[in-house]
Amino acid sequence: MKYVDEFRDGELAKNIAANIAREADPLKIYRLMEFCGGHTHAISRYGLVDLLPKNVRMIHGPGCPVCVLPIGRIDQAIRLAREHKVILCTYADTVRVPASDNLSLLRAKAAGADVRMIYSTQDALKIARDNPSREVVFLAIGFETTTPPTAVAIQQAAAEGLNNFSILCDHVLTPAAMHAILAVEGGVKIDGFVGPAHVSTVIGSQPYEPFADDDGKPVVIAGFEPLDVMQAILMLLRQVNEGRAVVENEFTRAVTREGNLKAQQWVADVFEIRDVFEWRGLGSVPKSALKLRSKYAAFDAEIKFNIAYVAVPDNKACECAAILRGQKRPQQCKIFGTVCTPENPVGSCMVSSEGACAAHYSYGRFREAVE
Amino acid sequence: MSSIKANYFRPLDLKNGRVDMSHGSGGRAMAQLISELFAAAFDNEFLAQGNDGAVLPPVTGRLVMATDSHVVSPLFFAGGDIGCLSVHGTINDVAVMGAKPLYLSASFILEEGYPLSDLKRIVESMAQAARAAGVPIVTGDTKVVEKGNGDGVFITTTGVGVVREGVHLSGDLARAGDKILLSGAIGDHGMAILSQREGLTFSAPIVSDTAALHGLIAAMLDSGVTLRVLRDPTRGGVATTLNEIAKQSGVGMLLDEAAIVVNQPVEAACEFLGLDPLYVANEGKLIAICAAEDASRLLAVMRAHPLAAQASIIGEVVADTHGFVQMTTKLGGRRVVDWLAGEQLPRIC
Repeated sequence: MKYVDEFRDGELAKNIAANIAREADPLKIYRLMEFCGGHTHAISRYGLVDLLPKNVRMIHGPGCPVCVLPIGRIDQAIRLAREHKVILCTYADTVRVPASDNLSLLRAKAAGADVRMIYSTQDALKIARDNPSREVVFLAIGFETTTPPTAVAIQQAAAEGLNNFSILCDHVLTPAAMHAILAVEGGVKIDGFVGPAHVSTVIGSQPYEPFADDDGKPVVIAGFEPLDVMQAILMLLRQVNEGRAVVENEFTRAVTREGNLKAQQWVADVFEIRDVFEWRGLGSVPKSALKLRSKYAAFDAEIKFNIAYVAVPDNKACECAAILRGQKRPQQCKIFGTVCTPENPVGSCMVSSEGACAAHYSYGRFREAVE
Repeated sequence: MSSIKANYFRPLDLKNGRVDMSHGSGGRAMAQLISELFAAAFDNEFLAQGNDGAVLPPVTGRLVMATDSHVVSPLFFAGGDIGCLSVHGTINDVAVMGAKPLYLSASFILEEGYPLSDLKRIVESMAQAARAAGVPIVTGDTKVVEKGNGDGVFITTTGVGVVREGVHLSGDLARAGDKILLSGAIGDHGMAILSQREGLTFSAPIVSDTAALHGLIAAMLDSGVTLRVLRDPTRGGVATTLNEIAKQSGVGMLLDEAAIVVNQPVEAACEFLGLDPLYVANEGKLIAICAAEDASRLLAVMRAHPLAAQASIIGEVVADTHGFVQMTTKLGGRRVVDWLAGEQLPRIC
């Protein structure tokens, strides 16, 4: 397929792999974190670990939108659907994230709640227009990639006077999460970041400069295709070996330093930064998420339905928190693959194939059988 | 001279009429629906017996029986409809057991209010598929459910066939060293359905691959190659079917991603929706497993048939107590091709 197959070419991959092998100093261990679930998925889906030397280790970061949602946030959505009888719309895998009382949005749906999976915020608006007598709530999740479409939907709803539409805003911010990862006490040592692809198309490469300048961590922004990831790894190794720490952009076909200014403008019009937001794994992180500005308060489901966030502790045996911080690997969790499976996820990392646990379970667990 | 008209009779309104509860009540309306629509379309000597069941001539050999319910939405899609799908699906289930399909039954659950004109299209499509396959629909049943309790039309078909002498096919016969063959490009049916559902229209047409495979299978059996396993990778796609076989046979598999054909529109649609074509349904493809020494001969026979012109050897059976289906990716890495967990849902970012 044109424009995609070029970035999945096996021969080119071999060339880059050979360059990586030459670049990697056998006396060093390189610990590289791919922040995004999209990269985690590409690495697992294409078996890229097999193309890397043993001393180049990929650590999965927290950039999986459904993985970082704490139980309490899903509980809120379920309460809206069950108690307030709203039509609850959300993206894809979010419906499978485990919540309290052995529920998920999918299970709430099976028990009669009106939960709908949508592909676009435009679908949610259409549902609201088509059901004027019902309240429609969009559970808005995701990093900066999914934020502009939510902003546009709010602007449209305001312009149309679509008063039966509102959102539960769980949009989160990538740079804040990267800071939180580096600030974890006794946290994992990271030699460099494979920087986000789609997120960076929106925010640009500039917001990562403090990680290079202040923390001395090389960052290479990379696309989500396997060759992008391989090339970024090579570029990171070169930076580490040369003692450099700068932000480099492998994904120049889509990312500029400034990013998408139009999208940023929409987001700034609709959202402001929350003082604090609880992440699964990272705990309460200051200034790490967005909420609606007061001029759009009428579209804020938390206000409209007076539904406060209640923090709920994770399952005690679940290691998602340590895995999201990069401190543990999925297979080091006691319940991995036994109690917690993609069919019955206990923790959020087992839900989406972008999640570290589901990616390892679905694509990589043969490696343990060999080890 | 009698004053009674010869034809006190008002035919079914197949243009503007709709299914109503009386069409399932056992009375005159039901008899009329059966005679004017179903019997007229399916017309064959066994159905014409007009009894509760069809009496069929004796056969020699082991019988295979398979049944399949069809609940597809939308009922009409690019490349087919629920009618021909319900014929092909069951013929294929019988044929992959190494049997020559002989007869079908068809059972309809109709929703009150469904347009008779659409029902006629479905029934005629079934009749045409059955005739083209040479497998008559010899008995059937019709029930009507109240509006809101069905999705237009549900069709259950059952097929009977006879296995030829010396043929033993079963999912537990794959052995380490065997080759795995796939008859063509994957994912066409599932993506044709998905792309036609509300809100997901693509400009590139994706056409369902729905087809009866018994002719292809007969050619494969005629070739003299010893087949061990045949299966049609429908729901859950190629990945699910291979996992089923690996589990039944207690073996692993190693696939070569580069050998698996995916048509470009399907690849693009899957990419767009975040789906993996390995898990998308097919309705006109088969997977065959045979001994390594027979593989190239079998491949040639398959490629000579129009329904398997793009056939390829996609991998081999390996000894593996874990039963993993693994794949060497186009990039040269390796990964598990796992069972599908729940429904295939798109990823978000």
